[in-house]
Amino acid sequence: MADRILKTISTRGLKNAVRGSEYKREALISYGILIIGYIVLQLGAVGGLIGRNLQGQFVPICVYVSLAVSLNLVVGISGELSLGHAGFMAVGCYSGVLMSRILLPHIGFEPAIVLVSMIFGAVLAALAGFVIGIPILGLRGDYLAIVTLAFGEIIVNLMNVIYFGFDKDGKLKFAFNHAIEDIENSDRIIAGAIGATGTKTMVTFTMGLLLCLFTVFVVLNLKNSKQGRAIMSIRDNRIAAESIGLNVRKYKLTAFVVSAALAGMAGTLYGLNFSTVAPTKFNFNTSVLILVFVVLGSVGNIWGGIIAASILTVLPEVFRQFADYRMLTYAIVLILVMIATYNPTIKARVKAVWTKINPVKKKDKDKGKDKKRKKSGKEVA
Amino acid sequence: MNLLSNLISGLSLGSVYAIIALGYTMVYGISKMLNFAHGDVIMIGGYISFVMTVYLGMNGWVGLLIAIVTCTCLGVLIERLAYRPLRGTGSLAVLITAIGVSYFLQNVALLIWGANPKMFTSLFDGVKALRLAGGKLVVSPESLFTIAANIIVMIVLTLFVNKTKAGKAMRAVSEDNGAAQLMGINVNQSISLTFAIGSGLAAVAGVLMCSAYPVLTPTTGSMPGIKAFTAAVFGGIGSIPGAMIGGLILGIIEIFARAYVSTELADAIVFACLIIVLLVKPTGLLGKKVSEKV
Repeated sequence: MADRILKTISTRGLKNAVRGSEYKREALISYGILIIGYIVLQLGAVGGLIGRNLQGQFVPICVYVSLAVSLNLVVGISGELSLGHAGFMAVGCYSGVLMSRILLPHIGFEPAIVLVSMIFGAVLAALAGFVIGIPILGLRGDYLAIVTLAFGEIIVNLMNVIYFGFDKDGKLKFAFNHAIEDIENSDRIIAGAIGATGTKTMVTFTMGLLLCLFTVFVVLNLKNSKQGRAIMSIRDNRIAAESIGLNVRKYKLTAFVVSAALAGMAGTLYGLNFSTVAPTKFNFNTSVLILVFVVLGSVGNIWGGIIAASILTVLPEVFRQFADYRMLTYAIVLILVMIATYNPTIKARVKAVWTKINPVKKKDKDKGKDKKRKKSGKEVA
Repeated sequence: MNLLSNLISGLSLGSVYAIIALGYTMVYGISKMLNFAHGDVIMIGGYISFVMTVYLGMNGWVGLLIAIVTCTCLGVLIERLAYRPLRGTGSLAVLITAIGVSYFLQNVALLIWGANPKMFTSLFDGVKALRLAGGKLVVSPESLFTIAANIIVMIVLTLFVNKTKAGKAMRAVSEDNGAAQLMGINVNQSISLTFAIGSGLAAVAGVLMCSAYPVLTPTTGSMPGIKAFTAAVFGGIGSIPGAMIGGLILGIIEIFARAYVSTELADAIVFACLIIVLLVKPTGLLGKKVSEKV
């Protein structure tokens, strides 16, 4: 019963209820894009069409795709603006790298190390999400955004003063705000402003793909579950959702923590892909970059985010020869795309042109809708 | 004496934050958008003043004036070209556009002036520092002037917003956009004016900041921008006295954290204070509580 009401409150939920195929379609497109993209890139690499530089971007693409999908859970599905997603990535990265260094002497099978490190990274990132989420999810809108921003900055700042390493007996040592004394360079794991260092890189493109698939799987299933509908109904009408007895904080926290855990996994993958990762990698700019992927891919749309994240990670790499101008172009394109997609006049004009080109399809769509809609549609036309 | 001198540098830094935060808070009040490009307008202001004084050999004060005029025009232009087409489409779209503008300004500065840091000449080059209490307490002219400038700006701005017709129009638009329009207020003009004032102040803050911390790079503006934004939220975003109080408190916290706790952790402490304040008062120190309607 409650589920039924939820569907009624959430307009998108209602659509889901009427057209159950919506979920299947989204899942099919998302998984399809990931797998086809993987095959194309892999073939390109084997066939020699893709250069070494671009091949180095394969794992980062996977990382950014999963970050975009997991941030979509907070921004699109839960409807909260988060400006500190890179903070969770950072927690996952550091804890994952730490775990991998601890496991390395004991386990020979690298994928197992990656898996365990990732789980550890996810757990710690989820914990960070929980600790941050509990107090702040009562805040609204832009205030929540600024607190997540503050959280991200605090994390980067703390990472600058954290030191981990092995001492001569192979024991794990930790220091805060000062470097560890008499330690070999190769025994350092995390060294303040240098970041995670001396990491053995052990990530493959396939692992990246698996992480993307897992992230999409979790987010899509959460979106299509009873919890997901509750979260979306809170997004669409908080007061109505509260009035039917939904625990707003609990559901918002669920979305936040799951998103943080997924970002933590992506962070671990990122950390294990490079021998050194500096804390500045996880600053405000990265959080914003992930948000740009989500918004350009259309908020709430999972596969849109996947496409935006992969294209926007690859493009700067492809245009590296234009060095100075590429970021300038990026900025201009970003502004123009935002205006083109969101400006009401342009939107209406595009729609008008689209109906002119494609009048048959429009009619088909109208048929399915009820009388009232049809009438208003005619009036507008 | 040490405490007092820290307090003065805190007030001086806080004054810079307060002047920047005013731009944030006024723009937020009137158009409900987080203008993340504001910090980069500061940087542009610094560079313009740098070009005027160092390359063209002008007097520092003339350079400041030209920087103010340029940034005012820049602010109005940014609003007209990038933000106005997106008005009323939800905060996320405008936020991303603002970030786009921020990237744009940073990269334009990078292309023109390069990535190497430029050494800024202080407005008060050659003016002797004030020595009090038998030379134990040294107050730089930069900090004195910054604090004075902040007080003047605050008084003038409060008078402007409360007493003049244009200020009244601005308040009306920030209260209720639609109703203000029905009352015959030119909303576009009011918003442009707000951006003009905010960006002009950003130029002042830029020159003052670069006088005190004389290194200028294309990313100079981003961290003070974020901090000033924090200050605006701290004081209650949308409130002018809130921006001043938030800025001053934040500056003092930062300098004290630097002096007594740890230089590396100063920023973390500042942001942690923000989180704590927001937990106790979810709309900032002086923010209005807006109740939700069904």
